[in-house]
Amino acid sequence: MNVSSWLLWGFVSTIVLTTILAGSQGLGMTRINIPYLLGTIITPNRDRAKIIGIVIHLVNGWLFSLLYVAAFQSLGVASWWFGAMIGAIHASFVLAVAMPAMPGMHPRMANEQYGPTVVRQLEPPGFLALNYGYQTPTSIVLAHMVFGGILGAFYSIT
Amino acid sequence: MNLHANIQDHAVIGDGRSAALVSQEGAVDWLCWPRFDSPALFGALVDTRAGGFWIIRPTAPSRTRQQYLQGTNVLQTGFENEAGAVVLTDFMPADFEEQKQRMLFPEHELVRRVWCERGECKLEIRFVPRGDFGRRVVNFRDAGALGLRAQQAATLITLRSDVKLRPIDGDWFAEFALKRGEHADFSLSYSAEGPAVVPPLGELVDRKLATTCDWWRDWAQRARYHGPYKEQVIRSSLIIKLLSFAPSGAMIAAPTTSLPEIVGGDRNWDYRFCWLRDAAFTARAWFGLGHEEEGNAFVSWLLHATRLTRPELRVVYDVYGNRVPRERELAHLDGYLDSIPVRIGNAARNQLQLDIYGEVIEAVVQSLDGNKKPDRETQRMLRQFGRYVCDHWRDPDNGIWETRDDRKHFMHSRLMCWVAVDRLLQMHERGQLARVPAEEYRRIRSEVRWEIEERAWNAGLQSYTQTFDGDALDATALLPAFYGLETPGSFRMQQTFERVLGRLSPAAGLLYRNERDRAEGQGAFAMCGFWVAEFLARGGGTLEEAQRCFEHCLELGNNVGLFAEEIDAESSDAIGNFPQLFTHIGLINAALSLEERAKQEHKPQIEARRAAAGEYV
Repeated sequence: MNVSSWLLWGFVSTIVLTTILAGSQGLGMTRINIPYLLGTIITPNRDRAKIIGIVIHLVNGWLFSLLYVAAFQSLGVASWWFGAMIGAIHASFVLAVAMPAMPGMHPRMANEQYGPTVVRQLEPPGFLALNYGYQTPTSIVLAHMVFGGILGAFYSIT
Repeated sequence: MNLHANIQDHAVIGDGRSAALVSQEGAVDWLCWPRFDSPALFGALVDTRAGGFWIIRPTAPSRTRQQYLQGTNVLQTGFENEAGAVVLTDFMPADFEEQKQRMLFPEHELVRRVWCERGECKLEIRFVPRGDFGRRVVNFRDAGALGLRAQQAATLITLRSDVKLRPIDGDWFAEFALKRGEHADFSLSYSAEGPAVVPPLGELVDRKLATTCDWWRDWAQRARYHGPYKEQVIRSSLIIKLLSFAPSGAMIAAPTTSLPEIVGGDRNWDYRFCWLRDAAFTARAWFGLGHEEEGNAFVSWLLHATRLTRPELRVVYDVYGNRVPRERELAHLDGYLDSIPVRIGNAARNQLQLDIYGEVIEAVVQSLDGNKKPDRETQRMLRQFGRYVCDHWRDPDNGIWETRDDRKHFMHSRLMCWVAVDRLLQMHERGQLARVPAEEYRRIRSEVRWEIEERAWNAGLQSYTQTFDGDALDATALLPAFYGLETPGSFRMQQTFERVLGRLSPAAGLLYRNERDRAEGQGAFAMCGFWVAEFLARGGGTLEEAQRCFEHCLELGNNVGLFAEEIDAESSDAIGNFPQLFTHIGLINAALSLEERAKQEHKPQIEARRAAAGEYV
């Protein structure tokens, strides 16, 4: 494995992914704010949550890029289309499996059946995170495909 | 269902970002989210059919009474009928900063709680939201335990309710009963960020209500006002706090648009923006009441907002200092009592008002608290404004009342140019402002004074007039005595006062802005009534005369102490946008002058009493 290439392009692709998601929020495609979602696991303070969330998201992105790199290494293929394909699978998993399971993992997230409580007040994402806007799945799939595409295009297999 | 409620039959609630108007019938008739100048979600005030509203009230006809909880902007509307009595409490939650860091809270929230005080009451709810001033139906979907949800573009509006609502043609209704001691809670929240905070009801509403009351009371009791009419002054301070946009310190003129200056007429303007013409009066009110934090935030906003256009100033800015939207008419709305058109945006953005330079400079001076020296950037800005005034003070403009016809040489605009150079010179002489062309300022100050004294004084009328070489009277003719160009007791000011009162005052406490307003059938300008009281308090009359006039003005407020822009001279109905910042600022400043005058008059008596008691004086 090419560690330096992974560190560099894993970081770059995570930055691009975060920017695309923030841009989709700014453009009115979705309300999802991943740093806020992650940061509120640690603190209810809105401003601090966003900062902590950015750090968690960057570390997450780096770690996830390790899985992409492992796939490139094992198949001996690293190209933009292969990376984008892994990104699409990754995003589908996040939307269809991880997001609906969020209320069980997030200490401040309400449950669709029981509603909010004093501690759990954040709206759950629901299937495909559609609760955060109808175009949320599109922006998340797109962002992850770009993430994988950059990694696949620039990572050098050893 | 006729939902029309007169302007004065409303009270306002808010959170320093947006505001809602609630009628005595328990209807939220006005709410723009997420900002004061955003499109209305409820706009029944300008169209009862298409505007949207949210009403909670007994099904049986009831006697109603509104009041604010003491020292807060938490509103209670009481309903009483033969079956019982209920109290509807409306508020937008406020909380202390340290507390906000420890808990989740929605970006924007309006909370309503209805509580049965006596007997058993049947109530109805009608929740009829409309997007974008009634141009769009807002589709709410029942999301079970998460409440009713409406996603529009990248925003979410959620209604959580203790009562199950049923949909009929896209709107939501319910009837329910409450017995003595029972209550039902409702929370309407807005979010532009996911995941949104979906607030629970019950215990948390108890907590929010208590915290909101604490927050407002803690703020209100910081006022250093010990003069007469304290309750009304504190109410006005609470209203102007509510009309200040907390993130930037900007102050909007009113939270509404197109409430008419003439009922049934077309003088309907959007006031949800920030006018610089109010700057000096606003700063005086904040600093005079001892609310330095708000005063400094406001002056900081002035400096920030004007940064991009300096040295030229725009007449009006939005809450972040941007240009206000161009004026547009909403032809689909019927207007308040058929007063059309309903307008959004404001054409005053293209006008020229030379008075605003004096306003901004005077506001900065008040923020400096004596001999404090402004920072280099502020000094630079003040010099730029001084240069602009020196180059342009002879130009005609649209004047303080923003007349839309030809530009004229308004006396008030010249007065404020005099204030601009006079205050800059005073700062220079106190060592607060370096590198100014002092000689040029002195020369221009003399020339402006000479022009006002020669050309704005009408010897035939024996009065200062609205414009140079004119014969029309204007309430601003009283203002030379407020800014030190004249003393209130001077011959000219006394004569002017007599003429202005004679021609522009239809009754005690009422004063038209000018003769044109009176001829057109507009209402008396509420703030100008307070100017009369202030003129008397500053030395234009006796303390008793000033107090009597002030009391007449106060009688014209609504049942919770709120004032619109204007007052109908015959019916005493409120007209124009509501509640109006300028009017409440006028009330506070008149009260501050009364307090000062009372102190001066009572000082010799107090000193004599102390001397008699052997105290050191």
